[in-house]
Amino acid sequence: MADYMKSNRREVIAGVVLVALLATYLGTHPRGASTYVMTIWANQCLILGLAACAQFFAVVVRGIDLSVGAVMALTNCVASYLLDGSAAGIASGMVAVVIVGALCGLLNGLIIVFGRIQPIVVTLATASVFVGLALLLRPTPGGAVNYDLADAVTLDVLGIPTALVITLVIVAGFWLPFRRTGLGLGLYALGSSEQAAFQSGINTRFIRLAAFTLAGLFGGLAGLFYSFVTTTGDAGIAAGFTLNSIAAVVLGGVLLRGGVGSLIGALAGAFILKTIASLMFFSGIPSLAQPLFEGLILAAAIAIGGADVLRARNKLEVFS
Amino acid sequence: MLRSLSVDSLMPYAGVVLLILGGSFFFPQVLSADYLSQQLQIAAFLGLLATGATIVILLGHIDLSVPWVLTGAAILSTALVGSGNPVLSALAVPAALAFGALIGVINGLGVAILRIPSMVWTLAVNSMLLGLAVLNTGGFNPKGESSPLMIAMASGDLLGLPVSFLIWIALSAALAWFLTRTPFGRYLRSIGFNEKATFLSGVSTPSVVFAAFAIAGMCSALGGVMLAGYANQAYQSMGDPFLLPTIAAVVIGGTSILGGRGGLFGTVGGALFITLLTSILSVMQIDDAWRNIIFGTIILIMLLFQTLRKGAVA
Repeated sequence: MADYMKSNRREVIAGVVLVALLATYLGTHPRGASTYVMTIWANQCLILGLAACAQFFAVVVRGIDLSVGAVMALTNCVASYLLDGSAAGIASGMVAVVIVGALCGLLNGLIIVFGRIQPIVVTLATASVFVGLALLLRPTPGGAVNYDLADAVTLDVLGIPTALVITLVIVAGFWLPFRRTGLGLGLYALGSSEQAAFQSGINTRFIRLAAFTLAGLFGGLAGLFYSFVTTTGDAGIAAGFTLNSIAAVVLGGVLLRGGVGSLIGALAGAFILKTIASLMFFSGIPSLAQPLFEGLILAAAIAIGGADVLRARNKLEVFS
Repeated sequence: MLRSLSVDSLMPYAGVVLLILGGSFFFPQVLSADYLSQQLQIAAFLGLLATGATIVILLGHIDLSVPWVLTGAAILSTALVGSGNPVLSALAVPAALAFGALIGVINGLGVAILRIPSMVWTLAVNSMLLGLAVLNTGGFNPKGESSPLMIAMASGDLLGLPVSFLIWIALSAALAWFLTRTPFGRYLRSIGFNEKATFLSGVSTPSVVFAAFAIAGMCSALGGVMLAGYANQAYQSMGDPFLLPTIAAVVIGGTSILGGRGGLFGTVGGALFITLLTSILSVMQIDDAWRNIIFGTIILIMLLFQTLRKGAVA
């Protein structure tokens, strides 16, 4: 156990912070820890959580994805056309939405790998294209999503918010097995040192393509879940999610220089960020001062994460 | 100087010529002096921001606090003028610049001392500034007005050229000299290439980082003051639409996002290119959706062109 804590220090810290924040939130909420409160909280958290997962896959291979929000906007608009009607239609619609997300990610990956352009610049440009496509589909917010399905996904199962169940499925059903596969290990190898990974015979091109495709796929999942929560399509949601997803992965202990962190950390970071925002709402801080406090807390959290510098024994250690 | 005139930095200028020729094919008025001088005037706002961003990107960092430094400077300067007190109005522009420099120093603090990745730290600074602005103005559009000086800086004409354009070019030229002819400029680039090696050769790297972020903050603040002069007011989120085009302008101008390589000459071309592209797309009355798609595609094509050309040489 102690070994586990030590080797996963970043995730453990993020988890402890999250639990403390959540306890404070439920303690200060006028309605307490009811299923209703938890469900709304979990839904908000999972939207950003999926966006943070998308960002994680780009960051872990030492990239960054500025198109996360744009992929969400595009898939959200696609979903607003496809998620209504017959059961079979909706089912294939959901698959189509996620595939659209994955294709966006694949496009990013292809340009990054074969065009040899930095991810930050590529995704900056493709984000503009994706938002344009979303605007073509939905010039103004609209469309509909099947209410029964939306309710099923965004309410609760036996008192447990469905969003938390989904989170658990992603972690236990996807991430834990995935990180032990060749691809999962390859992501870390590529992020830690591209040269070493290449010289060990890893197909770095394929790994990078896969990482960005996974980023797009999770962006698509985020867009899909966002559609279930809002039940409309809106092309204007991109900006906020991209920047928040970066803040979330950093809070969750994922290093922007690649190779360090996990999907669990990214999810925890996103949950922390959203819980802080919800806490503000009931904290009694004047509403006009809330954005400032959110910013201060974000800065403080990141600065504490940077306090590792103070433990450096040698001044050269800080340059990495 | 010749070294900074690489093919990469000339490409946006070629793009500008192509845009003007192509645009005039459909709309003859694109060639009119009025239209072109108006483009120069508007390009100056993006250009000033991109000038600051170039300095930070050469260092190998990025400044995401541009939007709210710009908005904060605009709110501060218009509020000082709006107070009616002549002393305070005279201080409006210097105060805004000092504000920009202060935020730059705060950015530098996180990046150089706490070693937080600039992308995250400047983002956090940006959201704190947003919070301050909301607290200060109550979420409404701030009251205040622009001084005659600010209006002259943004909309005046001198010798037939827009004053804003002249300020931008003068500042770019001065900083370009600074970057190529002084130790500071060499240290800046060498940190962009390899910070560890630069530190080991005895350069006080933190002070270079502080200076670079302070200059960038002042550029953003100057952009904000002039935008406030242009609109004769400050408004919430006035800086948000500028963040991504600013980075695009720098990169199109041939400056490597990894730092070390590039220069201000290319950035000037990049800002002109992006302003002209946006303007021609809106003159053609293409709707928002297609404008986004074309904008993104053209930037991608220019970047691909840059790397493919290098691939052919290597």
